Amino acid sequence: MTNLNFPWLVKMAWRDSRRNRSRLFLFISSIILGIAALVAIFSFGYNLREDIDDQAKELIGADLVITSNRPVNPKMLPLLDSLGTRRSRERSFASMILFPKNQGTRLVQIRALEGQFPYYGELETVPASAAQNFREGQQAIVDKTLMLQFDARVGDSIKVGEVTFQIVGILNKAPGQTGISATVAPAVYIPLRYLPQTGLEQKGSRINYLFYYKFGNQTDVQQLVKKLEPRLEKEALNTETIETQREDMGRSLQDLTNFLALVGFIALLLGSIGVASAIHVYIREKLRSIAILRCMGVSAVQAFLIYLIQILGIGLLGSIIGAVLGTVVQQLLPKVLEDLLPIDITVGISWLAIFQAIGLGLIISLLFALLPLVSVRNVSPLNTLRISLESTGMFKDPLKWLVYALILLFIFGFTYLQTQNLKEAGYFTLGVLGGFIVLAGIAAALMWAVRRFFPESWSYLWRQGLANLFRPNNQTLILIVSIGLGTAFICTLYFVQTILMNRVTLAARENQPNMVLFDIQQGQRAAVASLTKQQGLPVIQQVPIVTMRIEEINGLTAEKALEDSTSGVSPRAFQREIRSTFRSVLMDSERITDGTWLGKVNSPSDTIYVSIENNYAERIKVKVGDQIVFNVQGALIPTVVGSLREVDWNRIQTNFRVVFPVGVLEEAPQFHVLITKVPSAEASAKFQQAVVRQFPNISIIDLELILSVMDELMDKIGFVIRFMAAFSIITGLVVLVASVLISKYQRMQESVLLRTIGASKKQIFAITALEYFFLGALAAGTGIVLSLIGSWALAKYSFETSFTPQPWPVLILFLMISLLTVLIGLFNSRSVVNQSPLEILRSES
Amino acid sequence: MTPILHIQDLTKTYQSTGQTLTVLDNINFSVEAGSTISIVGPSGSGKTTLLGLCAGLDRSTSGMVELNGIRLDTLTEDARAQVRNQYVGFIFQNFQLLPTLTALENVMVPLELRGERNIKPQAIDLLDKVGLANRSHHYPAQLSGGEQQRVSLARAFSNKPKILFADEPTGNLDAETGERVEKLIFDLNREAGTTLVLVTHDAELASRTQRILRMKGGKLISDERTESFSGSTLGQQTGFN
Repeated sequence: MTNLNFPWLVKMAWRDSRRNRSRLFLFISSIILGIAALVAIFSFGYNLREDIDDQAKELIGADLVITSNRPVNPKMLPLLDSLGTRRSRERSFASMILFPKNQGTRLVQIRALEGQFPYYGELETVPASAAQNFREGQQAIVDKTLMLQFDARVGDSIKVGEVTFQIVGILNKAPGQTGISATVAPAVYIPLRYLPQTGLEQKGSRINYLFYYKFGNQTDVQQLVKKLEPRLEKEALNTETIETQREDMGRSLQDLTNFLALVGFIALLLGSIGVASAIHVYIREKLRSIAILRCMGVSAVQAFLIYLIQILGIGLLGSIIGAVLGTVVQQLLPKVLEDLLPIDITVGISWLAIFQAIGLGLIISLLFALLPLVSVRNVSPLNTLRISLESTGMFKDPLKWLVYALILLFIFGFTYLQTQNLKEAGYFTLGVLGGFIVLAGIAAALMWAVRRFFPESWSYLWRQGLANLFRPNNQTLILIVSIGLGTAFICTLYFVQTILMNRVTLAARENQPNMVLFDIQQGQRAAVASLTKQQGLPVIQQVPIVTMRIEEINGLTAEKALEDSTSGVSPRAFQREIRSTFRSVLMDSERITDGTWLGKVNSPSDTIYVSIENNYAERIKVKVGDQIVFNVQGALIPTVVGSLREVDWNRIQTNFRVVFPVGVLEEAPQFHVLITKVPSAEASAKFQQAVVRQFPNISIIDLELILSVMDELMDKIGFVIRFMAAFSIITGLVVLVASVLISKYQRMQESVLLRTIGASKKQIFAITALEYFFLGALAAGTGIVLSLIGSWALAKYSFETSFTPQPWPVLILFLMISLLTVLIGLFNSRSVVNQSPLEILRSES
Repeated sequence: MTPILHIQDLTKTYQSTGQTLTVLDNINFSVEAGSTISIVGPSGSGKTTLLGLCAGLDRSTSGMVELNGIRLDTLTEDARAQVRNQYVGFIFQNFQLLPTLTALENVMVPLELRGERNIKPQAIDLLDKVGLANRSHHYPAQLSGGEQQRVSLARAFSNKPKILFADEPTGNLDAETGERVEKLIFDLNREAGTTLVLVTHDAELASRTQRILRMKGGKLISDERTESFSGSTLGQQTGFN
């Protein structure tokens, strides 16, 4: 038949689907959630991009921001004061504050502001007038979480350094601020003119200097920045404009949505495998119809097209339903992610996202359905006379290989579109392939093992339940892959969370230090140590810190590095402020990897050998023997790299990139860090109050605070990941429901036979329950094992810590997944169990 | 008269676990247009395989199958499908109706495949001839075995085949229903002037055809003309080895 007769093929596809539409829909339902996830994420991404474009001004709050992490060279001030039509200045740094009402203390981000910043958007405060008013007197606005934490009210006061400010408003939102950043370092705004009185602006304090500018409409800010940049860069001044903000923000949020899209894509892939498996069973059942059609003169291509049209039709329907669901889910995404994003997210229907996802759904259902569908071409009309058992294996049919190649190409292509990085796309594709192969391999091995070591001595019901795992047309492989992957997802997430929390809590154990005091001035050193001892606390470590920056590396200056890009040294290496220390011995967290440690300089004419942390040395491209000139607050000190060190950064103690020998920096301006251990929350509060009262410039990091912040952070990030993982897990369950229902048609025959020869309902029920228990247990077990291996590798190689999984949560997860599988299995097989044999015989005839 | 079906040196073998299994061994015969012929023999004698090869459902290992002057053994599967659609009708022991199509739609399919239009009256007419005009909108599952076989008959004749192949057409029916279906087959066949090739175990059914080919162990062991044979209407039969 040369003419394909397309209208007839469509008609035939429609007719043939008559008794199977609900089943076909069930097959395709596996991809609905994946499509929904992608529509939601794509729409979210598009809306986000528009929001960034719209809100970039409000995010940065000004047309131009110039920042520096060290005091600005006075020579630059005339320039800085001449820019823009309106100007504001801010100094921002971490400091302790005290709530005199209840003596509460906490490390916060002080933002001392002068001028009318923000020029776009606003400081959202309660009352609204406070955003302006606080600038008029000795007043502050305080972040809402801080207010809640210390039960503070408007009208109360806070002490910042030596100055007490009245709280005139609660800060709900500031430009560019996210929920997360407010948790880590809640902001307190004060007028800049009171900063000197606070006494916090001392040498060594880590202050960021910010200059905000608003320009007239006719000024091309980008052009201006381009012109100024060389001068600004020389003075280590950085610039940010609305345009750069838009780009930076867009890029990082693009990364976020790309990551989420890949997680959604995994759910879609999982569903697609479900589709392939279901269509495989469907086509087997259709063998007879295909053979009859072939007898009547339907060509192989026509037979193939009849079923392809069915799949495409149902794939389109599934994709549309997924798109509708995704549009609904999209309403939730901003809620899930709002704490991580600094902008207000609008929710709107994105037709582009919808069409993309529907296209994706069609392609993926087509590709995965093609695997079983290509066999239709090989169905012989002889099957009408006797059902032939000849099946074309994958190895015999080159078209199947082509389909596999197309699937891999598609995964690679999709990932590449998301990441725009060939290498990453390749790794992701290989990762997906590897994951599936491992799971499928384990499933195949399990089936083989069950068969090979079949427990012949077990009772009939157990044997029958177990044997169902490897009977013809079984769904074992697909279920182990889908449920296993879902379980591995949840389990790994849980393990990583525990590994991270363990790492932090480890530090809080018994003899480990748990409190760090920093910004201690040279003159306060002895007094702070004595205060600590007075409170009955140990001074575990007291370390001097000298701030400096690199002037030259092997004769190369910042300017030369800028001009000569072949040097390999980033100009940023010269801008970064380095906090260094000096001592004669190595700490137990350090190990020399190259060169020799020299802890002392005997005479001023001796060469000064410094020790550099190995990762940092790699970044600034230096090795043992190289010469570095450090600029220690104006004084140039030539040194030679004497050794490279490996440092364990996980310890709660001071660690340094650059360590000087004793005998060089003793007279340099410096501040100190003191490390102690407080036994209880009460002792901690008492000590912090005493320190803040006597030494207001000293900041305190309390490990308890870090723990609680970490906890909150993990909760928020974990929620996002769980939300996305849920798509995969629910997809796994849908695949389970679909597989159970598909196999139901095959089980019916056997159950009828068993019932006819006298099996009781209870026995059929037990066989079914046992089969699904074995399936669930194998799948969950496989997932957990995979996750254990993955988490162990993550712990060892990425977090560099030990990994001891707790057995109980793992056991509970295992039981829950197994039980869920049994329940779903039984629920969907209830008609097999409950119907009378006669009814089934009639319906089957 | 020229033969509508000409079989020459037909052999079919299968490879199974390294051994060659000969199912049909050097078969030769011809069938004149308009005649009726039955193939009989014990189970496993190769009857069904022979039918499948004659109808172009399968390819021989060696030898020639010529149907209506077309060499089937040299055609691709799709080309054979086209030949089947144009010249061949089928009736199966298990009726082989498409379960998702109504009786009427089942009868219409061969005509639709040819791209013919206004075929409904023609299909209803055929259903009427088999006594099922009032069941045209029923699905196979809603019909009895006899009714299903009658629909299958209507379908077999719908494309006005030159040759009809029937595999145990009454094998799944009770005696009375089988008798009715048999009568219908022969009546419709006579009316349309179609050649009938029928595979059966039923000696009585076989005796109603003009010629009986007997098979055993993959070989044709006899070719007999029955009482129904009228020498004046048929030309010389080609012999068998």
